[in-house]
Amino acid sequence: MTNAWLAGSLVAVVAGVVGFFVVLRGATFAAHGVPLASFAGAAGASVVGVPAVVGLAVFSPVAAVAIGLLGRRRRSDVVTALVVAAMLGLGALFLSWTVEYASEIYALLFGEVLGVTGTEVWLSAALTGAALLAVATLYRPLLLSSVAGEVAEARGVRTARLELLFLVLMAVVTTLAVPVVGTLLMFTLMVGPPAAARAFVRSPLAAMAASVGIALVTVWLAIALAYETTWPIGFFVGIAGAAWYVLARVVAARRR
Amino acid sequence: MTGFLASDPVRVALVVGAMAAVVSGVVGVFTVVRGQSFAGHAFGDLGTLGGSGAFLLNVNPLWGFVSVGAVVAGAMELVGVQRRRGRDVATGIVLGAALGAAALLLYLDTTRSSTTGAAVTVLFGSIFAVASGSLPVMAGLAGAGVLAVVALYRPLLLSSFHPELASVRGVPVRAVTLGFLVLMGVTVSLTSMVVGTILSPALLVGPAACALRLSRRPGVAMVLAAGIGLVVTWAGIALAYASATWPPSHAGWPVSFFVVALVFLAYLGVEAGAAARG
Repeated sequence: MTNAWLAGSLVAVVAGVVGFFVVLRGATFAAHGVPLASFAGAAGASVVGVPAVVGLAVFSPVAAVAIGLLGRRRRSDVVTALVVAAMLGLGALFLSWTVEYASEIYALLFGEVLGVTGTEVWLSAALTGAALLAVATLYRPLLLSSVAGEVAEARGVRTARLELLFLVLMAVVTTLAVPVVGTLLMFTLMVGPPAAARAFVRSPLAAMAASVGIALVTVWLAIALAYETTWPIGFFVGIAGAAWYVLARVVAARRR
Repeated sequence: MTGFLASDPVRVALVVGAMAAVVSGVVGVFTVVRGQSFAGHAFGDLGTLGGSGAFLLNVNPLWGFVSVGAVVAGAMELVGVQRRRGRDVATGIVLGAALGAAALLLYLDTTRSSTTGAAVTVLFGSIFAVASGSLPVMAGLAGAGVLAVVALYRPLLLSSFHPELASVRGVPVRAVTLGFLVLMGVTVSLTSMVVGTILSPALLVGPAACALRLSRRPGVAMVLAAGIGLVVTWAGIALAYASATWPPSHAGWPVSFFVVALVFLAYLGVEAGAAARG
């Protein structure tokens, strides 16, 4: 249980920070796509007989880079849809090769917070540190290119490379979060809290902090409720993400 | 080969696959042109909610797919899919809430009936298990989908490329948008029967994206997309049938894998060809 709280909190912190940029850049589809595509990795890992995290760590950067490189020439949404589908298809194939219990597949898709081990917490902590460090280093160019792409370009920021780096960052977060919240719902954590936070506060740093706070509350609540009800954690995360967003829209509308 | 065509599930699968491929091709062209791939993808995921609900109530999954598709189309219109900016976030939020609910329903499916396959069937499809009784309904939906596109062709085209011009000309843009979303929902429901909910967008977007690379004219692209879709679906079914003896499991590889892999290869091929031509 302690492990679950620790892992969940780490996930919430990273998702809150990275999610802020996801919403700012309008990269929701990619944020949804990378974790989904990584499902193939988790399924593949069970074919080979290694821990799912290894599969995730291999496949999510591959998916991120494929989306980034193929999507460079127009219609990036089409490319994202196709890469995701191709990876999921691969996942379906791997699944048909294993004698995995349905409950384990289910856990991959919708999360299983109570199965987190101590080693995984340490791994998560290391990845969280790396991701936060990356955001801190890239903060200025990332913010500039998200808000004003042309200006960033003119100032010498290499936006294409930055975009790719950002996708890889998303892949790191995915590897971290999927074992806890599952492939299908991890993106709600990257979209719901930041979208809500942006409606509450204006300045980027404050919004990021608010986003982390909201994500933490969401995850803690979801873990507690999942523990109490034995219902899947993904359910609570998904519903809470939407609730925050609705609340934020209401607040924003009343202020106007 | 004679064994292939003599098998009843295979014949049903071929018919279902053909219907899904044709509607997807026609609707898919507009999906790509309008830049609504994410919405198309979301419909697929959301179908999971309908499919798992239908499993729980023990009714034909098709009804679950279709009803949820229609409801969600309305929800997406309400939260503002018509604006490009913020649209993705709104789509994502609706998608997240519905997926959460689907997670719960699938969980209840698994615990209640202890038939563990529900999640996999809903998500990854089971075309060989389509009951031949649902064929007329599916044919009706497919026919209605194609007819709707034909009827709405002009206003759809105009509102896709020049929304301002369309509204000046008296086209009810919001109504057209909503109509198109419903259409997309129905289409994805049909494809969900073939390749499952989370893979259905591939069939919607893939062939259409290929076709739009090959021809600039929407009408021609629709025919091409339907053709490409048909080829990949049938080839996928045939390969899945042939794979029954393949290693490692000797239980056959999934149809959805073959269909999606072929779609992806087709897209890469067309892209490479277009790049070579310059």
